[in-house]
Amino acid sequence: MADMRPDKTKMPSQEPAVRARNFDEVALGYTAEMAQGEAARCLNCKNPACVSGCPVQVNIPGFIKKIADGDFDGAYAVISESSSLPAICGRVCPQESQCEAKCVRGIKAEPVGIGRLERFAADRHSAKKKEGAVAPAASPEKNGRKVAIAGSGPAGLACAGDLAKLGYDVTVFEALHTPGGVLVYGIPEFRLPKAIVAEEIDGLRDLGVKFECNTVIGRTVSVDELFDEGFEAVFIGTGAGLPRFMNIPGENLNGVFSANEFLTRINLMKAYREGADTPVMKPKRVAVVGGGNVAMDAARCALRLGADEVSIVYRRSEAELPARAEEVEHAKEEGIVFRLLTNPVRIIGDDNLFVKGIECVRMELGEPDASGRRRPVTVEGSEFTIDVDCVIMAIGTSPNPLIRTTTPGLDCESWGGIRTGEEGATSRPGVFAGGDAVTGAATVILAMGAGKTAAAAIDEYIKNKK
Amino acid sequence: MYKVLKRRELNPTVTLLEVEAPRVAAKAKAGQFVILIPDEGGERIPLTVAGCDKEAGAVTVIFQIVGATTIRLNAKREGDFIHDFVGPLGRPTEVEGFKKVAVVGGGVGCAIALPVARALSENGAEVHSIVGFRNRDLVILEDEFKSVSSVMKMMTDDGSYGEKGLVTDALRALIESGEQYDEVIAIGPLVMMKFVCRLTAEFGIKTVVSMNPIMIDGTGMCGGCRLCVGGKMKFACVDGPDFDGHEVDFDEAIKRGSVYRDVEGRAREEACRLFGGM
Repeated sequence: MADMRPDKTKMPSQEPAVRARNFDEVALGYTAEMAQGEAARCLNCKNPACVSGCPVQVNIPGFIKKIADGDFDGAYAVISESSSLPAICGRVCPQESQCEAKCVRGIKAEPVGIGRLERFAADRHSAKKKEGAVAPAASPEKNGRKVAIAGSGPAGLACAGDLAKLGYDVTVFEALHTPGGVLVYGIPEFRLPKAIVAEEIDGLRDLGVKFECNTVIGRTVSVDELFDEGFEAVFIGTGAGLPRFMNIPGENLNGVFSANEFLTRINLMKAYREGADTPVMKPKRVAVVGGGNVAMDAARCALRLGADEVSIVYRRSEAELPARAEEVEHAKEEGIVFRLLTNPVRIIGDDNLFVKGIECVRMELGEPDASGRRRPVTVEGSEFTIDVDCVIMAIGTSPNPLIRTTTPGLDCESWGGIRTGEEGATSRPGVFAGGDAVTGAATVILAMGAGKTAAAAIDEYIKNKK
Repeated sequence: MYKVLKRRELNPTVTLLEVEAPRVAAKAKAGQFVILIPDEGGERIPLTVAGCDKEAGAVTVIFQIVGATTIRLNAKREGDFIHDFVGPLGRPTEVEGFKKVAVVGGGVGCAIALPVARALSENGAEVHSIVGFRNRDLVILEDEFKSVSSVMKMMTDDGSYGEKGLVTDALRALIESGEQYDEVIAIGPLVMMKFVCRLTAEFGIKTVVSMNPIMIDGTGMCGGCRLCVGGKMKFACVDGPDFDGHEVDFDEAIKRGSVYRDVEGRAREEACRLFGGM
C-alpha cells in the first residue's frame, strides 16, 4: 500500500541566505531513506500517466518501484534504458509541466517527486562508480563506420552515446574549448555542478566517443568537408545560441549584457572565482529582463557576485513565467525581486555610456494571443525608472546561422531553425539535426530525446546505404 | 594543444608566433581571426590571422602585449603549447575586383593590414600602403609592406622614422595629388580608423575598417562584440569583423572597449609581477 502523505519529501537545500552568496549546488539531494520514503508515495499506476508526460518515456513507475525496494542499481538501469543523462535531467527538467504534471497523486495533493528520485538514482550510481564499485560498461564492438556530431550539448551527447553503443566510430565537434554546450556555458554551477557534466562526458569517452574541441562546424570545417573526411552521416546539434535583444535605445551601453555573455563569463570562464583571467562586471543593482530559466540563472548569478538588489523584469504575470517552478521559488527565497507586468522601453546611460537606469512601463493582460497566453498591453503614461548599473537581456535565443549558411541544400525555416522530418532527417541525405537547432530554444530533455531519435535514424540510414 | 613553431619579437611590445593548427591554416583567409587561450583556465582572446602556411599547417598571429593574457602568450617559446586555438572566425576581407586600393595600418594593426594588402596585390590590385607608428622603435613589417605595395608611406608621430605626422596626413596628400582609390582599408586603433573615415567621407571614397571589440566565443553566442553600424546592431564576430567605416559608430565602440578597464589594469599588474615585467 502506498504512503498517502500529501506532500513531497522535502529536498534538503542550502539555506537561502547562505547560498545566495556562493556558487555551490543549492539542492543537496535525497538520502537513501528520504528516497525510499518518497518512492513509497508512488501508486505504481497500471496506466502510468507520468510516462506519457516524459519526452523520452522513461519507465517512471518501474524505476521508482526499484528505489522503494532498495534496489538502487536496478533503478538506475531502468532509467538508462531510455535516458542518457539522468543526473542532468533529474536536476534541470521542468518536471512540473512534464511527468509530475501527469502524476495521479498530483490531483489531490503534491505529485511524487519524480525528478528528485531520478537525481537520487543517478547520483547514487555515480558515487558507486567513483568508488570503483561499478564494472565499466563493456566496450561495444566497433563497426568501423564514422559519424560526426556538431555540438556537444544535450542533443549531441545523447546522439553520440546511442551511436557509440551501436558500435559507431563517433567524433563530436565542439566550437568552445570545453565540451557540454549549454550544460557548461549556460546552466550555473549551483543548479548543475560541472563535475556532473564532465562525468557524463567521460562516460561517453569510455564508450569510445572522441571529442574535438575548438572546431567550429561551418567555419573550421564545413559539413561537406566532413563527408570528404569519411564520415558517413552528420548530426547537427548546435543549439540556439544567438542572443536576442529588444531593439530599444541604450542596449549598447556598458553594463548591458546578453544573458549568454554574462552566464558564459561566469559558468564557462569561471569569472566568479578569485584570480580568474576572464573579467565579469560585479554590479550592485541589476535588472534581468525575461522570465525563463535563463533569466532566473542570470539573476541568481548576479546576486552571488555580490549585488545588493536584483530584479526580474517580466512583461506578463507570475502565472506565465516560463521558468521551472522550483527556480522561481528558489529565486524568491534568495531575495530576487519580481517586477511583473513590467516592460523596459529604454536603458539610460551616464556620460561615459555606463548604465544608470532602466525606464519601464506597466503592463496589463488583455486577450489571449497566438501562444494562448493573455497578451500584455502597455498601460499608457505609466513610465517609471529603476536605478540600476546593469541590465541583463534574457529574452531568448535563436539558432546560429553558421551551419545553415555554409551547407548548400540544407532547408531551414525563415527564423533560422533547420527543417527536419520526425526522425531528424534534413533535406540533405546523411545530414540529421535535432534539439534547439531545429525547434528553437527549448529544454535539455527535448534536445536529448531528439538526439536519441536521430541516432536510431542514422543507424537505419547507414545500414541501408549501399 | 597547439604547438608554437616559431617566435619572433618584432619590437619590444609586439611578438609574432607561428602556431601549428592545420585545420585553421587550411581555411583562413585575410581578415579572419582566431581565438586562443594560452594556458588552461585562461581567458579567450581574439587575434586576427597575420598569415598562414597551408603546407606546414601553421598560422601566424602577431600581438601587442597589453594585458595579463598577452603577457602569458608572450612567455611562450618555440616548442611550447597553446592550450586552445580556434578559427578561422569572422568573414574574410573582400579582396577581389579592385584596381587600386589604399591600405592604412596603425601600430600593431599593421600585422592585420599586411595580409590584406598582400591578398589585394595577389588579386591584381595596385596597393598603396600607409603605415603609422608612434616612433622608430615600434616599426614592424616594413619590408613586407614594401614588397606588396607600389607606393609605401611610413609615418611616425615623432618623426624619428619616415615622415613626421599621422596616417591621415599621408592619405590626404595622396588623394589630393590625384590618386583615385576604389577603396580605402583602415586597420588600427579605433581613433585612427575614425579619423581615416572622416577624411575619406570628405572625398566620398568607400572605406572598410576591421573592428576588434571585446568578445568571448567568436561565433555569435555572447553578443559582447556588438556594434552600432548604420544605426543597426551588428556582431563583429559573425557580421564582421570588416564593416563600412562610414556607418560605424566609433565613439560608442571606443566607450564599449573600456568596460573592463579597471579589472584589466589590476590583472596586468598582477601578471607583470608574475612574469617579471615587460
